[in-house]
Amino acid sequence: MEIRPASDRSLLVSFGDAISLDSHRQVLRLVRALEDFPAGILNLHPAYASVLIDFDPRRRTHNDVEVLVRERIAAPDEQTARATRTIEIPVCYGGAFGPDLEDVARHTGLTAARVVELHASTPYLVYFLGFSPGFPYLGGLPPELATPRLAAPRKVVPAGSVAIGGSQTGVYPVESPGGWRIIGRTALRLFDAAATPPALLRIGDELRFVPTPETRG
Amino acid sequence: MSSIRVLAPGFQTSVQDLGRFGYAHLGVAASGAADALALRAGNLLVGNAENAPVLEMTLVGGAFEFETAAVVAWTGSDFGAGLPLWTAVEVAAGTILRCGASHSGARGYLAVRGGIAVPKVLGSASAHLMTGLGGQALRKGDVLPIGSEAVREARKQAVRPPTGKGPVRVTEGPQAAWFGDELYGAAYQVLEESNRMGLRLKGPAIASPAGHMLTEGVALGAIQIPPGGQPIVLFVEHQTTGGYAKPANVISADLWRVGQLRPRDQVQFQLVSMEQALQLLREQEEWLYGLL
Repeated sequence: MEIRPASDRSLLVSFGDAISLDSHRQVLRLVRALEDFPAGILNLHPAYASVLIDFDPRRRTHNDVEVLVRERIAAPDEQTARATRTIEIPVCYGGAFGPDLEDVARHTGLTAARVVELHASTPYLVYFLGFSPGFPYLGGLPPELATPRLAAPRKVVPAGSVAIGGSQTGVYPVESPGGWRIIGRTALRLFDAAATPPALLRIGDELRFVPTPETRG
Repeated sequence: MSSIRVLAPGFQTSVQDLGRFGYAHLGVAASGAADALALRAGNLLVGNAENAPVLEMTLVGGAFEFETAAVVAWTGSDFGAGLPLWTAVEVAAGTILRCGASHSGARGYLAVRGGIAVPKVLGSASAHLMTGLGGQALRKGDVLPIGSEAVREARKQAVRPPTGKGPVRVTEGPQAAWFGDELYGAAYQVLEESNRMGLRLKGPAIASPAGHMLTEGVALGAIQIPPGGQPIVLFVEHQTTGGYAKPANVISADLWRVGQLRPRDQVQFQLVSMEQALQLLREQEEWLYGLL
């Protein structure tokens, strides 16, 4: 674990510089250890192998946040031990909801049906949520499905779009611009500010895509 | 309930408080006022809690009708609204406040005693303009209720506004060791494509670092260097994580100055120590609480 200031109001806690299950578990552990938000801790930004902690510089110093991190991470860990949740995401692949499915099939040399089958065959790990509200960074895309991003990003990607970008896959929780290849769409709301909690997914979840009967692959 | 009617919204006017905290791990940006110092000062002047929602205007302000009498304070840049600046003043029922273009910096703030009483979303009244979370830019015909949550007497003597001259001060960012000192000394120009999410700068290109960068959390005021080498200052609506290396981060005491930068303004950066940054913040807080 390496701890260093990122600014005069934040601390970056790093667990190596690679995407690995081991560093993910440490990130998960630290987020769960601080998600009660002790006084003066404002935000936690988990990523693949680090957590950025924003604090109120009028109430906290880098040093006492570091002490807090070391205490909390050394404490007996009841939270991380809690069972991994599996969240199923029903996806209508192909057709109007998956305009790039055929392109992914062409690029990968697979049939569209095989792309769907592979995409829905494997569990994905939610490494963290970031980028935009509720957006999951997922691990576990079968390597044979990797497809380059679009040369020109779409101005509007509908909420619920399931997409592949390079060696990553994800779901767009809210309508936004985006350059990933859209292969399907889910009707599930991944982010709803009025819900508690507002994000359907949380860091450390296992996610499975389940083709709906309307899938055209 | 008393209220303000939006006769003309201006270029980009929104309701802001100090931001939305505790949801970055769900991908939710903090948002909040671009010049939080002006917001807090305005609230203290009218007798509100410092985090009360106010109106933030950008470059060109709007026109607003007060349906009842109110106590208001204009802080930040001067938008020619016809109000004395940096002091609480009373406006009569029926007053129409017409703002023009900013005379100096990018943003002006209208604080109203009692606060702008829009619903909070995830604990904050701040609009995140890029996603619409918490609200959007105001439109003609919007009616903004005025709350009743003032906490002390208003201060009706003008105060001296903060001055922000010289380079914007920064501390070392998480990847400072990957960079030389190219960021310092040269003048950068603020580009038109800048917004509350980030300020795009143009100037001498900074060489891309050799280090391997994994996506990580980003802090408010981080200066990131994308492949083209032109710096971007990540601002109040910035994404919670990012993949570009960051040689520096604007100090807390100078974040308000970033919020006042306009397109085509020139900006230079100066590296200071963490101790200096925190001392400058303490001095600024003393100035602010001197308004009480």
